[in-house]
Amino acid sequence: MLILILLHALAALTALALGRRLGPRVFLVAALAPLVSVGLLAGRAPGVLDGRPVDEALRWAPSLGLVAAFRLDGFALLVGGLVAGIGVLVMVYASAYFHRGPAVGRAAALLVAFAGAMLGIVLADDLLLIYVFWELTSITSYLLIGIEDQKGSARAAALHALLVTGGGGLAMLGGFVLLGQEAGTYRLSEILAAPPSGGLVGPALALILVGAFTKSAQFPFHGWLPGAMSAPTPISAYLHSATMVKAGVYLIARLAPAFAAAVAFWRPTVVLVGLATMLLGGWRALRETDLKLLLAYGTVSQLGFMTTLFGVGLPEWTFAGAAILLTHALFKAALFMVVGIVDHQAGTRDLRHLGVLWRALPMTAAVAVVAAASMAGLPLLATFPAKEFAFEAALHGGLGRLDPVLAVGLVGGSALTAAYAFRFAWGAFIGGRGAQPTTAKPPARALLGPALVLSALSIALGVAPVLADKVVAPAAQALHADASGLHLALWHGITSALVASAIAVGVGVVLFVRRYAVVRLQRRLQVLPPASAVYARAIERLLHGADLVTGFVQNGSLPIYLGVILLTAVMLPAAHLVAGGSLPQQWVVAETPMQALVTVLTIGAAIGTAVAARRFVAVLFLGGVGYGVAVLFVIQGAPDLALTQFLVETLALVIFVLVLRHLPERFGGSPSRRSHVLRLAVAGIVGVFVTAFALVAAAARTGESVSEEFLARSLPEAGGRNVVNVILVDFRAIDTLGEITVLGVAALGVAALVRTKVDDDT
Amino acid sequence: MTPERSLILHRAVEVVFPIALVFAVFLLFAGHNAPGGGFVGGLVAGAAFVLRYVDGGSTEVRRAARVHPETLVGTGMAMAAITGAVGWLGGGSFLESRKLSIDLPLLGTAKTTTSLPFDIGVMLVVVGLVVMILRTLGSESHK
Repeated sequence: MLILILLHALAALTALALGRRLGPRVFLVAALAPLVSVGLLAGRAPGVLDGRPVDEALRWAPSLGLVAAFRLDGFALLVGGLVAGIGVLVMVYASAYFHRGPAVGRAAALLVAFAGAMLGIVLADDLLLIYVFWELTSITSYLLIGIEDQKGSARAAALHALLVTGGGGLAMLGGFVLLGQEAGTYRLSEILAAPPSGGLVGPALALILVGAFTKSAQFPFHGWLPGAMSAPTPISAYLHSATMVKAGVYLIARLAPAFAAAVAFWRPTVVLVGLATMLLGGWRALRETDLKLLLAYGTVSQLGFMTTLFGVGLPEWTFAGAAILLTHALFKAALFMVVGIVDHQAGTRDLRHLGVLWRALPMTAAVAVVAAASMAGLPLLATFPAKEFAFEAALHGGLGRLDPVLAVGLVGGSALTAAYAFRFAWGAFIGGRGAQPTTAKPPARALLGPALVLSALSIALGVAPVLADKVVAPAAQALHADASGLHLALWHGITSALVASAIAVGVGVVLFVRRYAVVRLQRRLQVLPPASAVYARAIERLLHGADLVTGFVQNGSLPIYLGVILLTAVMLPAAHLVAGGSLPQQWVVAETPMQALVTVLTIGAAIGTAVAARRFVAVLFLGGVGYGVAVLFVIQGAPDLALTQFLVETLALVIFVLVLRHLPERFGGSPSRRSHVLRLAVAGIVGVFVTAFALVAAAARTGESVSEEFLARSLPEAGGRNVVNVILVDFRAIDTLGEITVLGVAALGVAALVRTKVDDDT
Repeated sequence: MTPERSLILHRAVEVVFPIALVFAVFLLFAGHNAPGGGFVGGLVAGAAFVLRYVDGGSTEVRRAARVHPETLVGTGMAMAAITGAVGWLGGGSFLESRKLSIDLPLLGTAKTTTSLPFDIGVMLVVVGLVVMILRTLGSESHK
């Protein structure tokens, strides 16, 4: 499974390199990665569907308990299949949608990188690994929303999405750590098999839910999703309807069966947030005239629907959720593609300028009507049996006071869904204002084909729900062991669920027919401020607060910075020293006369540094101190250390001189008497402490030294006689890797800062 | 860079610079068994570029190191990370090293370990860092 993710990374690099040469056809190259994934998942499918998950683990740093674990079970197969399958279709679609341009390679690379990250979330069986992929999807989403980086609005929308989902991701990381510590393992499958019940589980899940809600655009975090529609349509179709926004739902689906009953706040919170989102999104979708925004609010609403279904955490609810997840991806991706076709061929996607498109675009209209009808929950289409199942679960009851809320909320939300689905299909394709046919050129085959496939699937799964059942049932069972024996059916008989369906569609029709009255009502009912205004206000406050804090902490005085840093470094260990340190028993002043001589010279140089009046002289003295210490290393028989010290000291001297060019030759005029005394005091305290610490630390060893072991293992295990180097590149190589990473990143940051300064000056 | 550029210094640097670089590479390879290693090797190579800087300013450094220092840093980090991933091949863990020995015709057997590329990565990062500092902090326009 890791190989699949690496394949996506490779495809991304290839697409980036070939973008300029191939133009939009580069998407077809990128499509190979998800295509191979589909094949590989299909190959593994028979065993997985029979209930035998595939596990794969890669030893990362076993001594830290870090294992890159992957697991392909029924649910991962369903979601992963959707990610890869729709990925292929979207990339084919994109190859006809995009025009040749500099951003095409980047778009293809990011899209396929996103597909890899999304597969990673679904396949990962380790909380920390899920987090890594989760943030990768946030970052690729950010870059994809802002792909038209000349447009200020696109950049702002991208940042909005990143701040909300990234912030939620951080909360989720906190939750993951709490949950992992409480459970004693970060393996998701182990945590779910034996859910922990300690006191930290509640806060952990609350934090994880914040992450899931932000990612899946749940109220009150939903504002970023409509904004993200400024991305080109293939991106919206893939990330912001069919896959990425389902990551939060995915996580809720995984966790709910284990925690919904055990954690008191889970069920009411998730169900109410989900229902509120479902109703709010549907209500807003009724008002939008931009087809894409209409669908975006529809997506918000449907995500609320799925959150509710999965959030309950009972077998039949989970089953309904898995079914909706599948059918929603099919119709919503098709609808987005259709909007892209209309936009591409007719030049607008505004309902006020569109009408009777079926004359100009008959096939596109057919695809749109089928997908919209599936969204509305009409019989013989894929969503109908899934929705029936949801209503049945809702009418089944057993959740106490939540029962009526759920029943009314779900039927109401479905009615709104039906209403905006009718509005979508009628307003643009069948009728429309004035019934004036819009002219449009017929779309390319690669534009229409993918949407056609998806709508055909909507019909197939609607006519023969048993096909959907083949993947949905194992998915539900993977989440919930008790979900066996549940099945989708075309016709349940005349049940209360059927009545609920009929009510939902009926109310939807009424809302659609009376749509102008609904819009007027909406204008009058505008009580809540729009989410975007809330966001803008929050950002404004945040920046203001940051200004205040920065103004207080960063006051620009170097002596104060140094003083704070040094005193902080002294305080904590000093307390320890006073409390329990003991000085060494025997004192060795110097082992050889040479040592004594070098030490005296070094001390002299140190004093010279402190009293020098010119900066350059002080720097030279400081270098002298460093060289003196290096000589001590030589005397003590540590050539490696000495060599390094000499070189570092030399380079530091050069860098100092480079910086000195910008500073006055002499140190500033003498400070006031009081501040002089204060500086002396700080310097004295730090000096005394560091010396005391060095003495005590030398005497404080209680455990065995690791050097003996390293010395013994160096040659036989790592094949090196220089133990210092072996420690750096072998025994402690991960530390070194971390260090050079910090070094590299810091260097890039410094270089960028200095360069900005240069540009400002010239 | 400056009109009063010293000819003697210029000639001396011309001679010392390649020697210093070779010495840096020697330290890198010797490092596993004798004093040296990637970090020290990188510092020596960095010092060689400092000599070029003293001779002719950052333009001279630019001429000596034709690749971008960012590329050096990035390549070094990538090499170190990839070496780590190679440890996985054959079921080891990340960064697990293995001994290698290659029989070279005429020269005899060369022994090394898979941590050598890791050390080369460290060296590239350090060299890149020094060159980057010389090119930014030391640039003429920044006076």
